[in-house]
Amino acid sequence: MTKYIIRRLLWVIVLLLVVSFVTYLIFYLFPSADPAALRAGKNPALIPQIRKAYGLDKPFYEQYWIYLKNLVLHFDLGTSYTNNVSVKSEIFQRLPATISLAIGGAIIWLVMGIAIGTISAVRRHSIFDRLAMGGALVAISAPVFWLGLVCLFLFASDVGKLKIFPGSGSYVPLSQDPAKWFTSLIMPWFVLAASFAAIYARLLRANLIEVMSEDYIRTARAKGLSERRVVIRHGLRAAITPIVTAAGIDIGILLGGAILTETAFNIPGIGRLAYDSIQNADLPTVQGTVLIGAVFILLANLLVDVLYAFIDPRVRYT
Amino acid sequence: MSLLAVEDLRVQFVTDDGVVHAVDGISYAVETGTTLGIVGESGSGKTVSSLTTMGLTRGGSTRISGTIQFEGRDLLQASDEELRSIRGNDIAMIFQDPLSSLHPFYKVGTQLVETMLAHRDLSKAAARDRAVELLQLVGIPDPQRRVDQYPHEFSGGMRQRAMIAMALANEPKLLIADEPTTALDVTVQAQILALMQDLQNRLGMAVIIITHDLGVVAEIADEIAVMYAGRIVEHGSTNQIFSAPQHPYTWGLLKSIPRLDVGRSDELVPISGRPPSLINRPSGCFFHPRCPYVRDRHRRVDPRLEPVDGDRGHEVACLLSAAVRGKIWDGLRSGRDAESLRGLAETEQAAAGSVPKAGT
Repeated sequence: MTKYIIRRLLWVIVLLLVVSFVTYLIFYLFPSADPAALRAGKNPALIPQIRKAYGLDKPFYEQYWIYLKNLVLHFDLGTSYTNNVSVKSEIFQRLPATISLAIGGAIIWLVMGIAIGTISAVRRHSIFDRLAMGGALVAISAPVFWLGLVCLFLFASDVGKLKIFPGSGSYVPLSQDPAKWFTSLIMPWFVLAASFAAIYARLLRANLIEVMSEDYIRTARAKGLSERRVVIRHGLRAAITPIVTAAGIDIGILLGGAILTETAFNIPGIGRLAYDSIQNADLPTVQGTVLIGAVFILLANLLVDVLYAFIDPRVRYT
Repeated sequence: MSLLAVEDLRVQFVTDDGVVHAVDGISYAVETGTTLGIVGESGSGKTVSSLTTMGLTRGGSTRISGTIQFEGRDLLQASDEELRSIRGNDIAMIFQDPLSSLHPFYKVGTQLVETMLAHRDLSKAAARDRAVELLQLVGIPDPQRRVDQYPHEFSGGMRQRAMIAMALANEPKLLIADEPTTALDVTVQAQILALMQDLQNRLGMAVIIITHDLGVVAEIADEIAVMYAGRIVEHGSTNQIFSAPQHPYTWGLLKSIPRLDVGRSDELVPISGRPPSLINRPSGCFFHPRCPYVRDRHRRVDPRLEPVDGDRGHEVACLLSAAVRGKIWDGLRSGRDAESLRGLAETEQAAAGSVPKAGT
């Protein structure tokens, strides 16, 4: 197992190199703006000087090599072209908001998805099942930015009709004011969780229906277990594995920034940072957000695979 | 009073294609300490009848009628909760494929313990000790270690032993074994049958063994019921069924068992055709489309299960006369094929046809 994890971690490093190279390449080949011009701002006379100072006059591979060297030796992700701050500190400063959003959303969608999926599977074709699956279809189809705007329009305390929850841009860090942090995230959490909850409910329903027709479920009933125990301890236990996989990877992706939700609610997280930096052709920041996203996704994948061995005793890694 | 008495049990499943008559009016009884073999092809209703005894076929699309008396209580009238307290406790069941019947994610010991705790007030430690004992009882070596292993770490025979251990956990009065040896190697099959017989002798429970293989029940059953298309077509002691079988379907089953003691000259004869649809069943005798001795009358008249003259406790549902059946079986036993014996049934047709004429 340890050997397996070490091998996988080495692969993570290789993949991160590939990701950083590809991002660099895309920006070099298709620049959306001249970085030197961006930094010079209203003073075009400085452009040649800036180009020299930042090594922008050097060939592509040399620039990439310098970037990589700084990253590996000093864990330095460079400096933003637009506001002259270190990309690393910018990312770390914004990470708590993204983590708050992703983890809170995940808790909501897991609880909802598992509860609805289980009840729907057990009471197949009941009214509850039909309503839940119909609702799930709507939740899956609704785009997050649209759903976010609709919620703001209905419930936001500033522009909303009902003025229940704090609106866009109200995010407060947890360390500053836990109560405000919580209320400001309620709407983003639910908007983010809606489509995931729907997908998970459908996935679990389908899985659980299949599992409930397995021979070992018949055995569990023949043992005289209560139906509740049959469903939860025997059915759900077996049907939950793909949910764990999906949750690990989805949370990994979101930790790299929930771009749409963060943008709709103006939450200063990684996703919002990525969105802004792409708008501004700010390569170091784009590169930084892409890399941090890749790190989360790759580690989430590894975690899911390791977790699998604990969930299913038949899985063994060598 | 019998331990289990099934009376005119009918089980129907309502499906989009029509009503499936899975079990169609069967009756049998099992006494403590005896073994009943229920024999038939897949789809003959043998499994459904047992699952119904356990209350495991209940559901919106199932229609069940008749009575199933267990120690004098009608299980068909019992509440779900009453049945739950009987399942795995007074009546236990083991299934065909031990790998798919054990939960892949739980240790064998955990699954055994769960069975005990569902019905008894035991501490976990005591239940675990008993799980080790049970594994020992069913002949699993090194039970202290095995109890903490997962089903996939067991061999096929060991898994079935573990299933049996689980079924015996609460000392059931009735054990229903549904094709317990079908998924196993031949050598392991014999071990499992010997184990079941040994356990029955030691624990004194009643056993119902469901199988398609007459060879299996020959070893351990006291009584045999042969099922076809949801009905019992022949019923008698194991001795009666093997020495003087009455139903053409039973003959077919007997002729399709390989025997080592007769030599290779005695060919195996498969039963031609397929089991009938249980939605649109054949007219008359359900077996007539596959019966080599079919006569016109058999396509119209539905035979009832009736006692065989001069053979107490032996019943058959066949329209051929006892005399003709005796002659045909004698012929089959001496190695003649069904084709050459068909004439015997025809003489009966002629005789039967002449009766009304003689009356006029």
